[in-house]
Amino acid sequence: MIEHDPVEHLIGLLAKLPGLGRRSARRAVLRMLMQPEQAMLPLAAALRDAAAAVRRCRLCGNLDARDPCGICRDPNRDHGVICVVEGVAELWALERAHAHRGLYHVLGGTLSALGGIGPEDLAVQPLLARIAEGGVEEVILALPATVDGATTAHYLTDRLKPAGVPVTRLAQGVPMGGALDVLDEGTLAAALKARRAV
Amino acid sequence: MEWQAPAIVLDARPLGESGAVVSLLTEAHGRHAGLARAGTSRAQASLWQRGNLVEVRWVARLPDQLGSLTGELVHPAAALAMEDPLALALLSAACAVADGALPEREAHPRSFQGLLSLIARLPGGAAPLLPDYIRWEAELLAELGYGLDLGRCAVTGGTEDLVWVSPRTGRAVSAAAGEPWAARLLPLPGLLLGQGGAVGPSGPAEWLAGLRLTGHFLGKDAFGHQHKPLPAARERLFDRVAALAGADPVPAERGSDA
Repeated sequence: MIEHDPVEHLIGLLAKLPGLGRRSARRAVLRMLMQPEQAMLPLAAALRDAAAAVRRCRLCGNLDARDPCGICRDPNRDHGVICVVEGVAELWALERAHAHRGLYHVLGGTLSALGGIGPEDLAVQPLLARIAEGGVEEVILALPATVDGATTAHYLTDRLKPAGVPVTRLAQGVPMGGALDVLDEGTLAAALKARRAV
Repeated sequence: MEWQAPAIVLDARPLGESGAVVSLLTEAHGRHAGLARAGTSRAQASLWQRGNLVEVRWVARLPDQLGSLTGELVHPAAALAMEDPLALALLSAACAVADGALPEREAHPRSFQGLLSLIARLPGGAAPLLPDYIRWEAELLAELGYGLDLGRCAVTGGTEDLVWVSPRTGRAVSAAAGEPWAARLLPLPGLLLGQGGAVGPSGPAEWLAGLRLTGHFLGKDAFGHQHKPLPAARERLFDRVAALAGADPVPAERGSDA
């Protein structure tokens, strides 16, 4: 019988997380084991607290300790604008940019013909229900600039059309600080196609 | 082992944190997969988008290994189609059909050339390409050994007034001979008759009939024999064309089975 080694077990669990391989996990575990009182036990307590407290917001699908989440409860935000994102990571990225002061809706993925993800696997019905409740003046589609992302955006545009709510999507093109000669041809083609008068 | 060739990206599935297993269609090597290291990274994600034409280099130690891929973009078809829902639906459907129906590592140069031609002309608008797309699907069926016999009537042997196709045999039936079974036969659009598309202009109703016809046989034969349904992307194209035609979208594989 293989003896249970708690250190190896911990390294194995950490190595499954994104951004960490076994080597990085081993370094992190070693650092924690050197100072268990300062680094390990507070981390264990924080992990336990987060696992117990954090849940999905029933309105937008965000992860937060409160339900509805802090964004949905914030009276200072524009409740008439909903920004549709693929996942919570994209929601957090937009929040870091401080560019959107409205609400969000997490779809939980994008349509993927080859990955077998259909509309029923995404939070499309909850989005339609939110819009049917009224008060929504604009829906922003902030979906990835991929074939699956664009397919999902076109699908949502079709589904939202009967509601009569204006639907917009994020622009595609040259990133801030991006020199044209280092951009990939796909981005350049999209940017050129979406050019506008100045 | 290694080769270099122009290839159309059919699919890219994430592998690990940043890798991707990419499925390609080439002229000489057919549908071929390979591992693109960092294929989903920020630098490469736009390269391995479905429909893009890429100059690919495949390297492996042994011929039966997955091998690794590197590539350089030749034509950004995905980026050019993203704004147009019909173009994107056509591109996704073509890639999904080729990826699901064509056997791996078996050269099908006519399917490659047909798809290449569609991709090259897509920026000019998707609607005028729909007849060519339907003919490409019929050609694909023929390459796979499930070709439709649309030259003469299966009942009378006549070559005139062919308006139906038997959903069981894939053979054409004339208007008079097929009349008693009209409800069970599939309509044969004019765009599938004639040589090289030398037929008159067609509209959404004909495109819909064409997609229903080829979709039925793709679902029954090319995908049915693998116990797989028609790809969802193909169904979405059908639904989009049905909306253009103002018809109730009925999935193609639900056709009559007489």
